[in-house]
Amino acid sequence: MTTESLLLSMAVAIAAGLVGCFAVMRRMTLAADPLSHIALPGIGMALALHIHPIFGAVTMLFFGAFLVWALEDRARAATETMIGVVFSAALAVGALMSSGEDLIEALFGGAGALSRSEIMFGYVAVASIILFFITQKNRLVIMLVSPDVASTAGINVRRLNFLFLQTFALAIALGLRYSGVLLMGALIIIPAATAKGLARNLNSMLWMAISFAIAATLLGTWMAGRLHRETGPLIVTVAAAMFFLSLLRPRPDS
Amino acid sequence: MEPQNVLEVNGLTVQFGQTRVLSNLSFSVPKGSSLAIIGPNGAGKTVLFRALIGAIHSEGTIRWAPGTRIGYVPQKLDLERDIPMTGIDFLKARSALVQKQTLDVLSVLGLVGIPVEIAQHPIGTMSGGQFQRLLIAVALVGGPNVLLLDEPTAGVDEPGQERLNELVRRFQEDQGLTVLFISHELSVVYRYAMNVLCLSHVRACFGPPQTVLTPALLQEMYGTGVNFHAHDH
Repeated sequence: MTTESLLLSMAVAIAAGLVGCFAVMRRMTLAADPLSHIALPGIGMALALHIHPIFGAVTMLFFGAFLVWALEDRARAATETMIGVVFSAALAVGALMSSGEDLIEALFGGAGALSRSEIMFGYVAVASIILFFITQKNRLVIMLVSPDVASTAGINVRRLNFLFLQTFALAIALGLRYSGVLLMGALIIIPAATAKGLARNLNSMLWMAISFAIAATLLGTWMAGRLHRETGPLIVTVAAAMFFLSLLRPRPDS
Repeated sequence: MEPQNVLEVNGLTVQFGQTRVLSNLSFSVPKGSSLAIIGPNGAGKTVLFRALIGAIHSEGTIRWAPGTRIGYVPQKLDLERDIPMTGIDFLKARSALVQKQTLDVLSVLGLVGIPVEIAQHPIGTMSGGQFQRLLIAVALVGGPNVLLLDEPTAGVDEPGQERLNELVRRFQEDQGLTVLFISHELSVVYRYAMNVLCLSHVRACFGPPQTVLTPALLQEMYGTGVNFHAHDH
């Protein structure tokens, strides 16, 4: 892996750690995975139309996030059923629309050097994700604890929720070229879940999640080079190993 | 709207599907007064609050006076217990959104009686009473002129209840706050409320506690078994 793409993958890890913390606290641990599936029909369509797959994926991910947002306005239980059905169906449609090789690449990350425009897209997306959390952190915290308290504090809860889900979709789109959409969901959720178990306050959770995501990215990339394996799966394996290791530590308050 | 009223509600109706929870409710709340909302479980007390803050759809009119800043203290939260968010994290987040700061995080903790060490613990590990006080602290740090309290002393021990009630009353006197509170404690209602709004499936009533809370009405609202004697203040 070139220095250029290594730097970008670390930036992606920062974004993943941040998004993951709020996703885990928002109980989206399981929704992350099906949401990422919707990228596939987008990739299939983009390939059929001879445009860059990332455009198709991003468009569909934004649409998927919009769908989750619209569904969450209704009953919660129904939402989970809908997410399960709609997004798994998207995976099937996506599989029908793309060839075997494209599919594997989209799911688990592809080989090959990144183009200029891909690197540009990566940095712009990471920067906007970080900017979103810097400016909206306090509002997100209040909304997490109580949407009713948030709305009396002058927060537009529906809009903030929408923006958060779009940010989440953007983070998954980032993984498309580097680790694959399926594994990107894991890189978002696992370091944050590890941090949630270890941290004692919000800031330490954020920093831990970012550090774990970066550590998993670096270690996974290094191992990929040594073992001659794909980078994405190794990054996620390392992140998962860190999660299981963290379970060994006794919890101070339980 | 009459200038001395903070809130005027007219013909408020809330419906969930086929079920009508609140039906054609009208009342007003004078500035600086306190209104108790009572009624049996399921009468729509919390629903009324959520309609007043605009969190749920309702019909009829709800008019808050211009410049109203609401501090809302919900009854309970649907929050995972094991997230590493501390009381301080929550308070600081709320405090950061206030434009004209009147109370800082540490002094508001002192006011509601939460030691700083406790506030540094994750919210999920706090006791019911500590958490309730934290929610009040969060409401106060926003610099409200109206407080909406949904059973603020539920799960708080008796000395703690006394302390919270007194704290709210003191704030009300010092800063001219208007207070709307939901309560099951009729003694608290008698002591602190200027007006009572009772919600029940049978009928709604509104007025000062001494005239509204007749034994016959309480009987009708809560069914048999309520023994409460009106004090003559």
